[in-house]
Amino acid sequence: MEYKFGQPNLVAIASFIAVVVLTLLVTFFVARKQKQSASNYYTAGGGITGFQNGLALAGDYMSAASFLGISGLVALKGYDGMIYAVGWLVGWPALMFLIAEPLRNLGKYSFADVVAYRLSQGPIRTASAIGGLLVLLCYTIAQMVGSGKLIELMFGIPYIWAEIIVGAVMLLYVLYGGMLATTWVQIIKAVLLLFGVTVLTVLVLAKFGFNPGNLYGAVQETYGVEMLNPGGLVKGPVEALSLGLALMLGLLGLPHILMRFFTVPNAKEARKSVVYATTFIGYFYLIIPIVGFGAAVLVGKKAIMAIGSGGNMAAPMLSQLLGGTPFLGFIAAVAFATILAVVAGLTLAASAALGNDLYVSTFKKGNVTESEKLKAAKVSTLVYGVVSVALGIAFQKQNVAFLVALAFSIAASANFPSLFLSIIWKKLSTTGAVLSILFGGISAAVLIVLSPTVWVDILKHSEAIFPYKFPTIISLPLAFVGAWIGSVLAPDKAAQEKFEQEKIRTYLGVGISEASDH
Amino acid sequence: MSNNFQKVLNSDKFKNLIKKRWRFSFFMLAVLFVVYYGYIFLIALNKDLVTMKVGVYTNVGILMGVGVIFAAWILTYIYVIWANNVYDKEVEDIKKELQ
Repeated sequence: MEYKFGQPNLVAIASFIAVVVLTLLVTFFVARKQKQSASNYYTAGGGITGFQNGLALAGDYMSAASFLGISGLVALKGYDGMIYAVGWLVGWPALMFLIAEPLRNLGKYSFADVVAYRLSQGPIRTASAIGGLLVLLCYTIAQMVGSGKLIELMFGIPYIWAEIIVGAVMLLYVLYGGMLATTWVQIIKAVLLLFGVTVLTVLVLAKFGFNPGNLYGAVQETYGVEMLNPGGLVKGPVEALSLGLALMLGLLGLPHILMRFFTVPNAKEARKSVVYATTFIGYFYLIIPIVGFGAAVLVGKKAIMAIGSGGNMAAPMLSQLLGGTPFLGFIAAVAFATILAVVAGLTLAASAALGNDLYVSTFKKGNVTESEKLKAAKVSTLVYGVVSVALGIAFQKQNVAFLVALAFSIAASANFPSLFLSIIWKKLSTTGAVLSILFGGISAAVLIVLSPTVWVDILKHSEAIFPYKFPTIISLPLAFVGAWIGSVLAPDKAAQEKFEQEKIRTYLGVGISEASDH
Repeated sequence: MSNNFQKVLNSDKFKNLIKKRWRFSFFMLAVLFVVYYGYIFLIALNKDLVTMKVGVYTNVGILMGVGVIFAAWILTYIYVIWANNVYDKEVEDIKKELQ
């Protein structure tokens, strides 16, 4: 059957339904025997293995934006797309060196647990939860708008319906199966995505005698040597430094990624998770440029741009050309599973911030029963899910490209410094941590508005007030300055005392939140 | 908090372990920064090198991109091998003293 983008197609719709049915069946199967508790809801009771969590982390991180966006960017802009691909990976080793093990040992449901561990609960949890929620909201809006347009184009379903379907299916997994179901959806998605992109890469390379050099040759013959050289993405050393800091350290402040570390039983498994995640994500970014270059040569830039969406359809068009409509259906299903898995992870992290950090721990000061805790988690999930759909619809006509930059910048400047300092710096006080989150978060948000991405591209001023696309070069040091000022002005003796005691837990893993039996 | 906990907290062995852990982490982080920023800065500042051809069509820039991904893998593996063989052993040793 001939496939036309933007119109309902039997094969695509069938694959879409297959993904929904498969993931819902798995959700039901894995979660049916699970005891209903807040710990199981947020962290699958800490019973996930390092390998499973590694795959799930990869599934949480490799969004539709990286699959379709980066292959499209490479197809249209060539080498510059590859710079992004590399940048998205380098945070993972840093996460391993600085955060993974102490995070697992000190936390329970969310990264705010770690920051609040020895400081005053109320203010820290509130500040951390708000910082976390801001990141999640920016990320979610970007995902929802992207997915609505994608589903509209690939399956011919109207935008508003696409939003509602994504929201409803995602809520089914999360509400029924909590973290365990979400983990399995992310594992399925990661396996489907890695398999799909591998097949696509092999099909491309087969056209070029399995020699990437021949592919680059074809790119150069068709579009000139410029396509293989860096273009205008990295303009100067300051821009480069700022971009790198945001991409690298932003990962260390993403609440939905950090939350996954509480699903494994101990620091050793947390370490293993990062090894597997880094391996899979690195492999993905290694081969995705081949898909992009392949699309540029075989499909052609003109045809890709005719469909629109900034090159997002490059990979699907290539899959139709090389594997026919059935393979296109498969790739479409992969893209859809990708969206669902990422949105489910974001929603669960948001429910931990709303339900546990803000409602149970701050508002109720922990005086709740186990069943109220679970109810708070589920109500928060529902609220966040509905808000996501509403925002997705509200932002339909907006340019949301800046939101991912904003999410990473706030994560790097508001969440990461306070989290890292609470682990490593004895003198950090409550005031210091709150000032750090405020300085970092507010400066990052303000500077993004003044940067070319918003001030010029969206607000249509002729010149940006802040010249760099990422604010991290200013906002990250400001967060550390805030922590220092607050901790010097209002030192906290009790917190320093606790810091010594918590070392046993941080470094030896004694007394950590244990995995519960199912 | 038992006496043994205090003793371990004050022991040189435990203090050295923490020092060693962070020294190693920051060293690895520094290597990662050098690798990644080396790549980005070369792209921003030395176009001639990055666009130089190594094969008939493949250029230095493409190889560098692939190299950074391999470096990220290798650094992660080195860390985990170190943690499994050096750090965990000492942790087990110290944990015995807690009982």
